[in-house]
Amino acid sequence: MIRAFSLPRRMARVLMLATLALPLGACDAIVLNPAGDVARQQANLVIASTLLMLLIIIPVMLLTVFFAWKYRASNQEARYEPDWDHSTQLELVIWAAPLLIIICLGALTWVTTHLLDPYRPITQLEKGRPVSAEVAPLEVNVVALDWKWLFIYPEQGIATVNELVVPKDRPINFRITSSSVMNSFYVPALAGQVYAMPGMETKLHGVLNRTGEFTGFSANYSGAGFSSMRFAFRGVTDADFGQWVKQVKAGKDGSLDRSVYQELVKPSEKEAVRHYASVDGALFNAIVDMCVQPGKMCMSQIMAIDAQGGLGLAGVYNVAMLNHDKYGTGDSFRPSDNDRSVDAAYVRALCADLKPGQVLPASVYAPRSLAPLVGAGLRNPLDKGTPAISQSAPPLSPVS
Amino acid sequence: MSQTMTTGQQNLSLTARYFDLNEHDHPEGGSTMLGFWIYLMSDCLIFAMLFAAYGVLGANYATGPSPKVLFDLDLVALNTAMLLFSSITYGFAMLAMEKNKIGATQMWLAITGLFGAAFLAIELYEFSHLLHIGATPQRSAFLSAFFTLVGTHGLHVTFGIIWLVTLMVQVSRKGLIAANKRRLMCLSLFWHFLDVIWIGVFTVVYLMGMLR
Amino acid sequence: MTSEPQAWSPIFGRLSLESLPLHEPIVVATFCAVVLGGIGLVGALTYFRLWGYLWKEWFTTVDHKKIGIMYMILGLIMFVRGFADAIMMRLQQVMAFNGSEGYLNAHHYDQVFTAHGVIMIFFVAMPFVTGLMNYIVPLQIGARDVSFPFLNNFSFWMTTSGAVLVMVSLFIGEFAQTGWLAYPPLSGLTHSPGVGVDYYIWALQIAGVGTTLSGINLIVTIVKMRAPGMTMMKMPVFTWTSLCTNVLIVASFPVLTAVLALLSLDRYVGTNFFTNDFGGSPMMYVNLIWIWGHPEVYILILPLFGVFSEITSTFSGKRLFGYTSMVYATVCITVLSYLVWLHHFFTMGSGASVNSFFGITTMIISIPTGAKLFNWLFTMYRGRIRYELPMMWTVAFMLTFVVGGMTGVMLAVPPADFVLHNSLFLIAHFHNVIIGGVVFGVFAAINYWWPKAFGYKLNVFWGKVSFWFWVVGFWFAFMPLYVLGFMGVTRRMRVFDDPSLQILFGIAAFGAVLIACGIAAMFVQFGVSIMNRDKLRDETGDPWNGRTLEWATSSPPPDYNFAFTPVVHGLDAWEEMKRRDVPRPTSGFRAIHMPSSTWAGIVIAGIATVCGFALIWHIWWLAALSFLGVIGTSIVHTFNYKRDFHIPVEEVVATEAERTRQLEAAGGAA
Repeated sequence: MIRAFSLPRRMARVLMLATLALPLGACDAIVLNPAGDVARQQANLVIASTLLMLLIIIPVMLLTVFFAWKYRASNQEARYEPDWDHSTQLELVIWAAPLLIIICLGALTWVTTHLLDPYRPITQLEKGRPVSAEVAPLEVNVVALDWKWLFIYPEQGIATVNELVVPKDRPINFRITSSSVMNSFYVPALAGQVYAMPGMETKLHGVLNRTGEFTGFSANYSGAGFSSMRFAFRGVTDADFGQWVKQVKAGKDGSLDRSVYQELVKPSEKEAVRHYASVDGALFNAIVDMCVQPGKMCMSQIMAIDAQGGLGLAGVYNVAMLNHDKYGTGDSFRPSDNDRSVDAAYVRALCADLKPGQVLPASVYAPRSLAPLVGAGLRNPLDKGTPAISQSAPPLSPVS
Repeated sequence: MSQTMTTGQQNLSLTARYFDLNEHDHPEGGSTMLGFWIYLMSDCLIFAMLFAAYGVLGANYATGPSPKVLFDLDLVALNTAMLLFSSITYGFAMLAMEKNKIGATQMWLAITGLFGAAFLAIELYEFSHLLHIGATPQRSAFLSAFFTLVGTHGLHVTFGIIWLVTLMVQVSRKGLIAANKRRLMCLSLFWHFLDVIWIGVFTVVYLMGMLR
Repeated sequence: MTSEPQAWSPIFGRLSLESLPLHEPIVVATFCAVVLGGIGLVGALTYFRLWGYLWKEWFTTVDHKKIGIMYMILGLIMFVRGFADAIMMRLQQVMAFNGSEGYLNAHHYDQVFTAHGVIMIFFVAMPFVTGLMNYIVPLQIGARDVSFPFLNNFSFWMTTSGAVLVMVSLFIGEFAQTGWLAYPPLSGLTHSPGVGVDYYIWALQIAGVGTTLSGINLIVTIVKMRAPGMTMMKMPVFTWTSLCTNVLIVASFPVLTAVLALLSLDRYVGTNFFTNDFGGSPMMYVNLIWIWGHPEVYILILPLFGVFSEITSTFSGKRLFGYTSMVYATVCITVLSYLVWLHHFFTMGSGASVNSFFGITTMIISIPTGAKLFNWLFTMYRGRIRYELPMMWTVAFMLTFVVGGMTGVMLAVPPADFVLHNSLFLIAHFHNVIIGGVVFGVFAAINYWWPKAFGYKLNVFWGKVSFWFWVVGFWFAFMPLYVLGFMGVTRRMRVFDDPSLQILFGIAAFGAVLIACGIAAMFVQFGVSIMNRDKLRDETGDPWNGRTLEWATSSPPPDYNFAFTPVVHGLDAWEEMKRRDVPRPTSGFRAIHMPSSTWAGIVIAGIATVCGFALIWHIWWLAALSFLGVIGTSIVHTFNYKRDFHIPVEEVVATEAERTRQLEAAGGAA
């Protein structure tokens, strides 16, 4: 019968086309051909796991096509055993074959997940090139704003919007947060992605192995301006990097302090690149701590107070109304006056308003340790070691 | 002749082997209890989620008040007693129902309803007190989770009381017929289920809250 | 943009003339078309005096077969809507290059992709799956109806009510612009102050009630109402997979209900569950919703695994290979589906050990799934495979699904997920398994059981046209997305700046057009078959030489399904009866006890729709009134004790005599 014949054959042709499409498209597939060592290893893992699975997928597909063809009704030569429905040996193979593949893949997964944990500092620049002890990693603080990216270089004391420039062959430590909603910080060329979340600090470690122009973007939908929430990612030589820093320091966009940040944080799309010649050193911590707005209590402080049992009934009214949203997104959203639905409240700071640029006292950073609950991945913001709670107790002792 | 007779008989016995020829009507509502029980399990999952939310957020006071300063264990103990008594009296109602005593059943149901109402009244008093002193669900995640968990339980009790009243009307109209007995059994399951949930609430929210 | 905060009035709440999206020409055109079509439909129904018939025979029915068919119709209608959204996205993405903004602004486009996801999962796949289970399960276990026939009707109307709300959002106000799972803080009041997320919440809550109740109903039906002799290990595989699916529904939909309730409290009351400030935790939402979300995937696919098992066995003319391991594999998948939810957000920053745990559990699921695939393979082995349409869909499924399964396992490796998460690779993967598994399965099932439901087969030519358009179209539409994923293109993008991507989006759009042809061909197939129904008529009730009990009765089955309940002695009960030439009983009929129709389901669900609408628009008086209406109507309904009747014996005798004549005309034995 022609019909029975053509089904598997046409099917096979479609499949062949599809498998051809993959390598063809791979020419400019940045994910499979990245410029950073971590992404390189991740790409290798993608390929390795594919090959491992093809060990079983290809035989299954071939068998499907073969059985579908061989046992077609019109082929009266083929054996027909309508009551044959069990074979212990076959069942054993059926369960064991995928199991074996999964055992291999599982082992691979366990090892690579730990080796390529985004929280793990970089130990090699490339295969066979360990990081030498004297190379200090480049620190970059990343803030996802609506809908642009802010990069703060704390060592260099500069900040940029929608442009990230890094020297090649130097490990980079990213500390990532967001001003309002969830985003995902992703530079395909570099080292995979990690979510950027408000009031939360995530980490990513990467290293770039070649210079060039790449793109980074948010990989998690974050609202109307999401599509254009992209930034230029440039890998340069050490010398060029120094040059670039100098150029930024001579930049025209001035200094990034809290008030400038509060303007910047307002939703906007397709922002041009900005270069801030200097930056408020405490700004990033304040963003993570959700207390850029003067007079608003920092989250770490709230958590420290909560760990002591709150402020009792006196704490009930320690909130302030504000023409900003109550959800602590700082200033990213300003409800219009006729809006009844937004309460615009926040927890008020206890002490005098922190002046912009003022560094918070060390005692404030004493959040209750959530480490046993959240695992290594979700460190408390500003968790510098774990100072005993009692340290922070005296200045903040609850009223009750 | 006899040959066809045997074939016919064989056929008949074959048919009888493969078809239930003496079928009777299935008793109506034979699966109701199982179905209701499964429903309760799904409801239990909703509570499980609310407990989980409370577990995650229960210590996030946002510098506001903590359980220690808010809860009055004596009041809650009284409240718990109301609900536990209502469960016992519901049990008496079921015993009376087994004996087909309509009057006694109705009386115990009414007492159950009153205990339930007392529980609700005390809970509403507690809530109004909390709202009055400013400990509103909007104040902190802890209070959000608290009001939602306890309030959801309270809503269940409210519906239980509405259901109970409906059933009392139906029993007074139709008597203790099979359908009504089945319904009373379902409500019984529901009522005791709420009791079990309350034990969880009492332990996790109130007792452990005071210990925290 | 309607997401601006609106003014509120006591009577109309947030609703005003400005709520109508008159500034969106596409919506206005659609609205006109829908209104014209609606007027035409209502006119036709009135002209042919069909309202009474519809109300009596369909809307108020408690017959599981009719409810099953209504679910399928609901699924088909919503499928057209969901696919229209898909075409709009494909068109937008292929246009928006080289500085072009395409033809959809962000406000519109973001609604389109959210609606596409919500509709396809909740109002297409779920009704299809529930409809199939509703229709087939009672027949397969030799029952006359489900355990709770009224609940069944109510569940259907609640699902429809949710679908109605989603459709209303197209013309009044807006739908959510959050993605189909509405992660906060984006879905919180601050960032989504409009009615979109509220439509989302209430549509899913109301439909969720229906889904949960229908899950309870089917579990009890399968546990309690099996024919005598049908032990658990003699149940047909489809019934087994349905049982597992319904267990999953009952054990996961309450989670969705709870998490959406918390989100709505955040939005309506101002609580702080998922807010950034005041101690809320958006990450908790992501965890909770995926604790529902992952089992949901298996809720969709498991029944179709059952369908493929039935079809493979029937069309290979062979017993199913490895029935026992098939059952255990299904149960394994059911249990494991609760242990994998975190793989949807490896990138949230959990530790490496947590990530690898969930990665490995995910991979473990592929073992029972692989075993199932092998079982189908060895069912075909030494069979006599007839390539009717259902079997063609099945082979296409097997070849498509393995690819989707493979890419799924790739995504389960956390470091690989770090580069592929949220990319078009992910989109290609889950369309690969959902279209290749669920959609192909539903089409196989429709072609397989259509003759049972209506008494005639579907046209083969148009079925094949549809099949080839679909299969080829699928590969064209989604293979480019895999490639785009490797090029670092992320999902939910509206505009692009890399012109080299356009060609791939072009191929994908071409694939979508092929699929559109496939859908059109499917509707032509239905139409042609209905017109030629006398030629395609099947008198035997068993057109495919089936093996399970649904083929033992006439097509379409009488209201009571079986005049005498069959007694089961082994797997493939009907095949055994045919083999042993068991004569069908032709005398000794009795009156048959059946549930009566009721108005309560459609009325309560109707009021619930109004309640949902009022809550969405903050029309508090109407919300309170309709909520009381729901409670009151339910109470009134409980005062109706007369819920059953007997089909008189004369009617049974006449129906069965007609069946005897039918069988003789078909020249069949038995």
